[in-house]
Amino acid sequence: MTKPAVLEAIAVSHLFDVSRPFLQRMFTREPRRMLRAVDDVSFEIAPGTTFALVGESGCGKSTIARLAVGLYEPSDGDILFENQPLSSARAQPGLRRRMNMIFQDPYASLNPRWRVSDIVSEPIRAFKIATRPNEVHARVGTLLAQVGLTIRDGEKYPHEFSGGQRQRISIARALASEPDFLVCDEPTSALDVSVQAQILNLMRDLQKRLGLTYLFISHNLAVVRHMADRLGVMYLGRIVEQGPAEAIFRTPRHPYTRLLLDAIPDLEQVGRARTPVGGELPSPIAPPPGCAFHPRCPLANDRCRVEKPAHTMAGAVQVACHAVEEGRDG
Amino acid sequence: MALLDVVDLTVEFPTRRGVLRALDRVSFSIDAGEILGVVGESGAGKSLTGAAIVGLLERPGRVAGGQILFEGKRIDTLSAEPLRRIRGRRIGMIFQDPLTTLNPLYTIGRQLTETMQTHMRLSDSEARTKAIGWLDRVGIPAAAQRIDAYPHEFSGGQRQRVVIALALCADPVLVIADEPTTALDVSIQAQIITLLKDLTRDHGTAVMLITHDMGVIAETADRVAVMYAGRIAEIGPVAAVIRHPAHPYSDGLMASIPSLEHRVDRLRQIDGAMPRLDAIPNGCRFNPRCPRVFDRCTTEQPELLDAGATRAACWLHAHD
Repeated sequence: MTKPAVLEAIAVSHLFDVSRPFLQRMFTREPRRMLRAVDDVSFEIAPGTTFALVGESGCGKSTIARLAVGLYEPSDGDILFENQPLSSARAQPGLRRRMNMIFQDPYASLNPRWRVSDIVSEPIRAFKIATRPNEVHARVGTLLAQVGLTIRDGEKYPHEFSGGQRQRISIARALASEPDFLVCDEPTSALDVSVQAQILNLMRDLQKRLGLTYLFISHNLAVVRHMADRLGVMYLGRIVEQGPAEAIFRTPRHPYTRLLLDAIPDLEQVGRARTPVGGELPSPIAPPPGCAFHPRCPLANDRCRVEKPAHTMAGAVQVACHAVEEGRDG
Repeated sequence: MALLDVVDLTVEFPTRRGVLRALDRVSFSIDAGEILGVVGESGAGKSLTGAAIVGLLERPGRVAGGQILFEGKRIDTLSAEPLRRIRGRRIGMIFQDPLTTLNPLYTIGRQLTETMQTHMRLSDSEARTKAIGWLDRVGIPAAAQRIDAYPHEFSGGQRQRVVIALALCADPVLVIADEPTTALDVSIQAQIITLLKDLTRDHGTAVMLITHDMGVIAETADRVAVMYAGRIAEIGPVAAVIRHPAHPYSDGLMASIPSLEHRVDRLRQIDGAMPRLDAIPNGCRFNPRCPRVFDRCTTEQPELLDAGATRAACWLHAHD
């Protein structure tokens, strides 16, 4: 590899303290309880590509999004931004402006009291990318045009826009600091499908035009398939399978990935009968021992119940599964 | 005769700035044992249609025109009490958020037996046995023990199963399910869909399945109605609407859904957004966004017309 990875996570874990208040613990003699939201996660994202994380609620994907832009400090492991520790990269405004985030809810992430032009120009002023008012104004115009809005929209307030247009404003704001790395946490989950298509197309266009690198978080596998170059499938804080997206969609190896792909209702399978997988997501506070997926896994045996599987390569894909490693996944 | 016949249903919301027409002459029917999917984007009027049928429109919304016939009798003109007896007994309802449907202060057993005893003559022990049977049927493990648990002791997927049991326990002939799987993860969603399908097959219950997820409809429904801005744009057998949509809106909607089977460079997108109720365009409501718009579309509003296997409200299918 010639160019360094934009973002690299090395054995990152993140714990949340979910203990009850101190006094209550004293009386009931309860120990501290920690929730391991992210457990030993490693990945890297090459410049100009999209790495997607997919999984069900509570699997830790949004925690990784926050770790990746430095909103959380990892409890263990390292995150490197262009080979520098993220914490020191964030201390330099020159590097900090190069990463930004797009959130899920375009209704909650825009200040309702600010005009759109103020929302979009805030990063420009904060990072002193332009200082003279007419320069800032011109820059806001370019940004709004880039996401399919006009400079006249800058005079309006967020409530005057639909959900899709608000997400365009969020993207314009995220691009205002001229970043090359964007963390997108479920950017289209709150949108209707026809609007989702507009936003996904826009994000791909911008990636091509500006050479952006995306960390793309979603629970929707079809959306992920449309966006991702590489993909990580998460289950209870761990990446259970990662590799080139095409390879994973063509031949999913981990039983959980297969379950996910099988569970999604697809347009091309009108009226199909399915054999649903039983069981539910276990609580992340008390994950099952061994492989966390074993209570729901059709391939589980005694080893899976006690021993946590390591990440091993299976072709182009990295899988954490004893059954795949032993070749009994059929 | 259809089980449910909705004819020219119109719902209006009077506001200070004039009357907003949220549903405009919506007509469709559901046969016994049939699953009709109702799909559309937020604000298209799909939930409103469901609420209007069971008389649960939120004020100041009101049925301003049309008829709702259930088992051949008008129910839109009934007063509150007879309507309440039909609701729950003959028509069951499942809503998106199981937490708002279940009473957090009562055990699920009490909620189930109370529902059954309100509508059927059952002794306490009979009702309890039946309740356990229902919990078992919707896949709650160890139903006989869990019946005395409170809603918060169940996971999200299990709660939604309890809600389904509640909707079905009085043996309704029609269930209106409004986004029953939207709040759930895909693996749980798959379980709930299978459950709904099995139950309708075994009991001959008809379902009006309201959702924005075309995938769920594709897998579950027999027929589908595509709604746009308070009207039905297209209605027909689910396979026909998905594979050969006749209305440019359904066509664009299907094409804008990313596929799991193959990757395309660009998704086809419908530019613009659905009009707000106070800014409905003249003629066909879809005309400002329609790639195949012509003169007639901007002046005259199309009704549902025969379009091969489906019916579509689009002038492309006019043969006069």
